[in-house]
Amino acid sequence: MTNTKTTILSEHTRSEIDMWLEKYPEDKKQSAVLAALREAQHQNDGYLTTELMDAVAGYLGMSNIAVYEVASFYSMFETQPVGRHSISVCTNISCLLMGSDDIVNHVEKKLGIKTGESTADGKFYIKCEEECLAACCGGPMMMIDHKYYENLTTDKVDEILDSLD
Amino acid sequence: MSDDQITIEVDGKSLKADKGQMLIEVTDANDIYVPRFCYHKKLTVAANCRMCLVEVEKAPKPLPACATPVMDGMVVKTQSKIAVDAQKSIMEFLLINHPLDCPICDQGGECELQDLAMGYGGDVSRYQEKKRVVKDKNIGPLIQTDLTRCIHCTRCVRFGEEVAGLREMGATGRGENMEIGTYIEKSVNSELSGNIIDLCPVGALTSKPFRYSARTWELVQKDGIAPHDSVGSNIHFHVKGDRVMRVAPAENESINEVWLSDRDRFSYEGVYSDDRLQTPMIKEEGSWKEVDWETALDVVKEKLNGVIESYSAEQIGILASPSSTLEELYLLQKFARDIGANNIDTRLRQADFSDQDSVSQFPYLGQAVSEFETLQSALLIGSNVRKEQPIINHRLRKSALKGAAVMLLNPVDYDFNYPLAAKSIVTPAQMPNELASILKALIETSDSSVDDEAKQCVENVNVTDAHRTIASKLIDSENAIVLLGNIATAHPQFSLLRSLAGLIAKISKSKLGYISEAANSSGAWLAGAVPHRHAGGKECASVGMNTNEMLQAKLKAYVLLGVEPELDCWDSRVARTAMNDAELVISLTAYRSDEIENYADVMLPISAFVETSGTYINNEGISQSFTGAVPPLGEARPAWKLLRVLGNIFNLDGFEYQSSADVNTEVMQTIAAIKPENMDHWRSPVAIEKNGADLQRITETPMNMIDSICRRAVSLQQTDDVSDGAIHINTLLADKNNLSDADTAKVEQDDSAVNLKVVIDDRVPDDCVLIQSAHPAQIDLGASFGSIRIAKA
Repeated sequence: MTNTKTTILSEHTRSEIDMWLEKYPEDKKQSAVLAALREAQHQNDGYLTTELMDAVAGYLGMSNIAVYEVASFYSMFETQPVGRHSISVCTNISCLLMGSDDIVNHVEKKLGIKTGESTADGKFYIKCEEECLAACCGGPMMMIDHKYYENLTTDKVDEILDSLD
Repeated sequence: MSDDQITIEVDGKSLKADKGQMLIEVTDANDIYVPRFCYHKKLTVAANCRMCLVEVEKAPKPLPACATPVMDGMVVKTQSKIAVDAQKSIMEFLLINHPLDCPICDQGGECELQDLAMGYGGDVSRYQEKKRVVKDKNIGPLIQTDLTRCIHCTRCVRFGEEVAGLREMGATGRGENMEIGTYIEKSVNSELSGNIIDLCPVGALTSKPFRYSARTWELVQKDGIAPHDSVGSNIHFHVKGDRVMRVAPAENESINEVWLSDRDRFSYEGVYSDDRLQTPMIKEEGSWKEVDWETALDVVKEKLNGVIESYSAEQIGILASPSSTLEELYLLQKFARDIGANNIDTRLRQADFSDQDSVSQFPYLGQAVSEFETLQSALLIGSNVRKEQPIINHRLRKSALKGAAVMLLNPVDYDFNYPLAAKSIVTPAQMPNELASILKALIETSDSSVDDEAKQCVENVNVTDAHRTIASKLIDSENAIVLLGNIATAHPQFSLLRSLAGLIAKISKSKLGYISEAANSSGAWLAGAVPHRHAGGKECASVGMNTNEMLQAKLKAYVLLGVEPELDCWDSRVARTAMNDAELVISLTAYRSDEIENYADVMLPISAFVETSGTYINNEGISQSFTGAVPPLGEARPAWKLLRVLGNIFNLDGFEYQSSADVNTEVMQTIAAIKPENMDHWRSPVAIEKNGADLQRITETPMNMIDSICRRAVSLQQTDDVSDGAIHINTLLADKNNLSDADTAKVEQDDSAVNLKVVIDDRVPDDCVLIQSAHPAQIDLGASFGSIRIAKA
């Protein structure tokens, strides 16, 4: 019923999705939608396009709108173009007490953008605060592209950001 | 039964209930009202609005009646303080974000939220905060969105998934950013989409054509029968003054349940088309002149008598729309035969009439509409049933989702909204061969005796495993049907398809059914509006010409009832030529068009479907009568009255009817004894010819082009289900002819040629082109099926 081109999913993405599909029963392909969207987003430098979501829908035999619902619901999916590196500074209670406000201010100042914005060169994106990232023992902390950086200081932040290409 | 029955107590009353029922079903059945927004009896339970919270004894907190299964001895209070407090709290939540501007909302006056807010809402809101605002989406020409008003009941979302079979609406975003919509800008394309207007409990989804044109308390509700398919959906007309403002479904569980197709919902706009003919007109020396009825009818008498005297009554051809009422068709054939004219037909989009004498009394559906949801298997032959008969398709879909094997033989790979067990897409010329192969597979496996003629007929066809699968599915099912659709009916070898389908049904012990096209296709046969049978199915002593013969014979005179031959007939070119060349064309029509004005000599304004009383006999043989909801526009008159007067001025006997009910009584007497059935009413199949290698034309009539009313319904004409006037070819054929999308192709059929836009459409099989009928661009081409040539223009 869905008639979309799945070919815009790279071979790597498709093999990753296939790996996830093996974990679920044959008739429950849609169970792999979160993994599939994550791979598709990864393939596209950190954000999803309608075409990519349609491709995931086609690949998993779901209706397009069902995939849009998932992608727009979860905060780890970006449905608008954003910078390549997604920076999430935790500002929940533990990190807040450990001075996460300074870290946020420092990152914003260093990159010259506000939270929720991307740098003009498309390299960085500061994600709006979501929920506690569950690394309270290492606060203040931030996550960049699924990688956790803990016990942050402004110097350490500089070092981390400078090391990214 | 008694094992499954339990007793519960609601508001002090003891009620019987079935095990497994939800509480709200029991209260509804016993007229105990529990407020609700998301619950709908035809949709799955979502339990997300929480409005139906009730108090259940021993439960620690109020429970949603829609999602609480009944249990023996359960004690429920729907009016207790706990229940009402819970409902009032939910109402307060719902109104946090819902705008409180009912006076400017189109739903005002028929809004479930407004009604319940009267009962459960506070008079002052405790909230000072800003309300959420959601941007409206454009979801097509039929449905207006006002999504700020949405309360997220998800009825429209569930409808798409569960009923329309096409999930187009969804809830994107989360928390207070959740929005109902299509996410991307797109039109909702389901043929049943209009039902979400009725489902929406608030003003978030309303009718676009109706928007801001009336208030519900100004409307008077009148009953009617939907005129654009053969199901006979029950409808309500909402009338303001003398005008139908909108159409809504009326509940009839055995026919349309609570649904209505978009075509039947929005076609009323066509009634008020600018080109409605409002006065009788006659052509004098090439120019049209408005006259009074008396003059017009005198002219009709004089001219028809002129033709009869100069030639004979056999030179009159009478074509009537199969959407005309039973009474109109009965009077028309009575009038025609009384003046000696036997050429009368309503089978406009049919070409093969060769077995008309042996077929049943009317093209019967084979079973009741409601029985389509309990089938085990179905073989559909030449049918895009989803667009032809949306309600039947909806029922068939229910069967398919329960595991029934729906199998298909079609010349175009139409989209179905349920899984198919088998699908064979072949050229029209190969369709008989495919059926013969299935028949042969059946003969191989079945022990029932088959006559030699049939055996001989299938001797040379090949049988593959695909055919055997179809055959075995039909044989193994206790409840199976073989169905012939609109494309089969229009097929140049319809009689052969019919006989093969008949034998397949007989051997596999299935039913045989015809999905006929129009509201009164069945009634037309029963009323005698066919050239070979009288009303009640009595054989005619002198058989008249059928539609094609009438048009090809270029008769001297034609009488048309609600027909635009160049758009409604199987061979548009021959139809137009016949009209243009005739000495006399009398058109009983609700509309004037350039074409009609060009060929007609007299135009008599007849009322449109909502303006006349009458009867439709639906595909399963159910007779449903209705009264006119509004008076006819201008000088237009119901056709049955006009035909009665014609009978009188021709001094014919038996035209002294006082009302359409009198006519109905007379027709019903003749057809009372007829039992609908199809089996054994066909000829044995004749030899199957090997088909040529020519490029073949396939013609479909898109759902919103089916008759003159739909073609003038402005909003329906903006949907995708209209003729595009293009030629659809697949990639292979396009490459072969060096054509690409949107190119212009020179298309030749017989000795005429037109230029048509190319649409690459891979639903079309090799060696075929698909053309959509009833479009002015292709009238000159001609026959709906046959050999065709294309080249780059």
